[in-house]
Amino acid sequence: MSKPHVIVIGAGFTGVATAHDLALRGCDVTVVERGDICHGTSGRTHGLLHSGGRYAVKDKESAVECIDENLILRKIVPQVIEPNGGLFIGLNESDLAYAEQFIESCEECHIPLEELKPQDALKLEPNINPKVLTAFLIPDGTFDPLRLALAFAGTAKHNGAKFRTYHEVQGFVMDGQGNVCGVKVLDRAANKTEEMRADVVVNATGAWSGEVTAMAGLDAPVKPTPGIMVAYDQRFVQRALNRLNVPSDGDIILPQRRMVVVGTTSYDAENVDYIPVTDDQIKLMLERGSELIPGIRNSKPRGIYMAARPLVGGGSGRSMARTFKCYDHKETHNIDGLVTITGGKATTLRAMAEKTADVVCAKLDITTPCVTKETPLLSYRQYYASPN
Amino acid sequence: MSEKWNIILRIYRQKEGEAPHMDNFQMEVNPDEYVIDAVERAWAFHDRTICFRHACHHSTCGACGMRVNGVEKLTCITLIRDVTYDGATLKVEPLRNFPVVSDLAVDMGLFYRKMEKVDARAVLPVTEAEIENPPRKWASEDSEYIRLSDCIECGLCISACPIMATTPEYLGPAPLAAAQDHGIHRKPELLSIVDCEDGVWRCHSAFECTAVCPSFVDPARRIMDLRKQVVGTRLSKLIGKA
Repeated sequence: MSKPHVIVIGAGFTGVATAHDLALRGCDVTVVERGDICHGTSGRTHGLLHSGGRYAVKDKESAVECIDENLILRKIVPQVIEPNGGLFIGLNESDLAYAEQFIESCEECHIPLEELKPQDALKLEPNINPKVLTAFLIPDGTFDPLRLALAFAGTAKHNGAKFRTYHEVQGFVMDGQGNVCGVKVLDRAANKTEEMRADVVVNATGAWSGEVTAMAGLDAPVKPTPGIMVAYDQRFVQRALNRLNVPSDGDIILPQRRMVVVGTTSYDAENVDYIPVTDDQIKLMLERGSELIPGIRNSKPRGIYMAARPLVGGGSGRSMARTFKCYDHKETHNIDGLVTITGGKATTLRAMAEKTADVVCAKLDITTPCVTKETPLLSYRQYYASPN
Repeated sequence: MSEKWNIILRIYRQKEGEAPHMDNFQMEVNPDEYVIDAVERAWAFHDRTICFRHACHHSTCGACGMRVNGVEKLTCITLIRDVTYDGATLKVEPLRNFPVVSDLAVDMGLFYRKMEKVDARAVLPVTEAEIENPPRKWASEDSEYIRLSDCIECGLCISACPIMATTPEYLGPAPLAAAQDHGIHRKPELLSIVDCEDGVWRCHSAFECTAVCPSFVDPARRIMDLRKQVVGTRLSKLIGKA
């Protein structure tokens, strides 16, 4: 009997991790992506390997997901991670007032933390604001966004998954009874259209998943929520730096290679194919960022960019949960053959994939359990190095 | 209010089985945006068939290397202001010495196989990276910190290297720099990979690689140093110390 064929739309974090999981469970997987790997939101992620500390107070579900997945990623893909930890620093009375709930919530979410005296924090990170009043060490980290995706994609490829990049989905192939049985794609490199058949199609297009489900006549389960990032040209810190307070604009600074990246903002948007950067947001990152690291004012911006988070559920902007949702459209709309996964964080990509693969496998009567928690990924270079 | 420039973006186009040509896009741009933003805008609003690679938009992933007005650039950190002027053209072409997949997108396969062959380090202790900013001495505990390596595998050095154009067999600047980063003393198995016709001796010291490197790797200096390492190893063997 031939293996069931699953098409995954989108080669961002969710798509490549889902391809990896499904390939390990014995599916024949084809990933179609309109650009190259990480063409959309995933590539432009700030790269914070969340410990969950940022969400512990307001969004415990996401926080627990983050700490669990943080520890797993450190084991299976150390090649793309700067595992140096994170500091939450308090600079005023309001920050100090937040500390109590922060400690309690981190404990509840089993996020290990260590309180530091200001002088000890400054010893660890001499470039942070010398007016620091308190600081907490937590197991944050940073990662290279593209290489994180490549490691999943390369391992999936090694296990038989095929990647069709520069293939844009233009519609679904329907079976005549209202169910999805494939996709119509435009091969942008050859300027040719073709139809591809599948037993299940997974929509892993994040901020664009509403546009893709609309091709099947379904409503959008996602709200694209962009935010700005500004990279400055000096590596001021070794650890991820967070303001000890309710998540807000410009309150994260991450080291990456010889830079630090300051992020971010959060607002609702419709079309996210191209999101212009605005001067006031750049100014805000400098103002807020230099509260955490005053030296940023003497460095130069190296890259400025926007990324659109795919948030799910009610509310808007910051108040929305960072957790993820997987929809079997057989259950939501009585349309078989289509599964949508959206929401979530880069840090939880593996868990999102596990959930999605569980749903897909149940539809295909595959009982093989998920093994991605224990499976180290191959070198990220394998994605390009091995033939398609 | 952001400044606005009107430019003609000239993009190299090549589809499978077709002859290459240039397409012109008349565009209004903010000169303080980057070249990749102009390319992405051309794709989003003018022509959905343009193919290009990009991901991080801040010089950590190395995907968006292209030739801008004939010079290799990482387009996500190249300001439009620095490469053209109001009313002028801006020419964008794919990297040389790589097979073109489509338009501006190139195939990184052979290059990544060479990086893998020398087992280029993806991450390394921060104290081993030759980092000068912020200027401070490393504390003893700093050796526990890990950072991503300088080389972002963008391929600009491969595109700019005049010797690379003569044979794809040449290992090339970034892989040789990665071998130097390991050091032959630490990884003796690299000796046979770099001490050969297509290794360290094929370089003609044009230094184009260092001129275009966007990420502080300085491949030319590293190749010169690797030669020293190779000669040193040979001498040690000669006098029986190895």
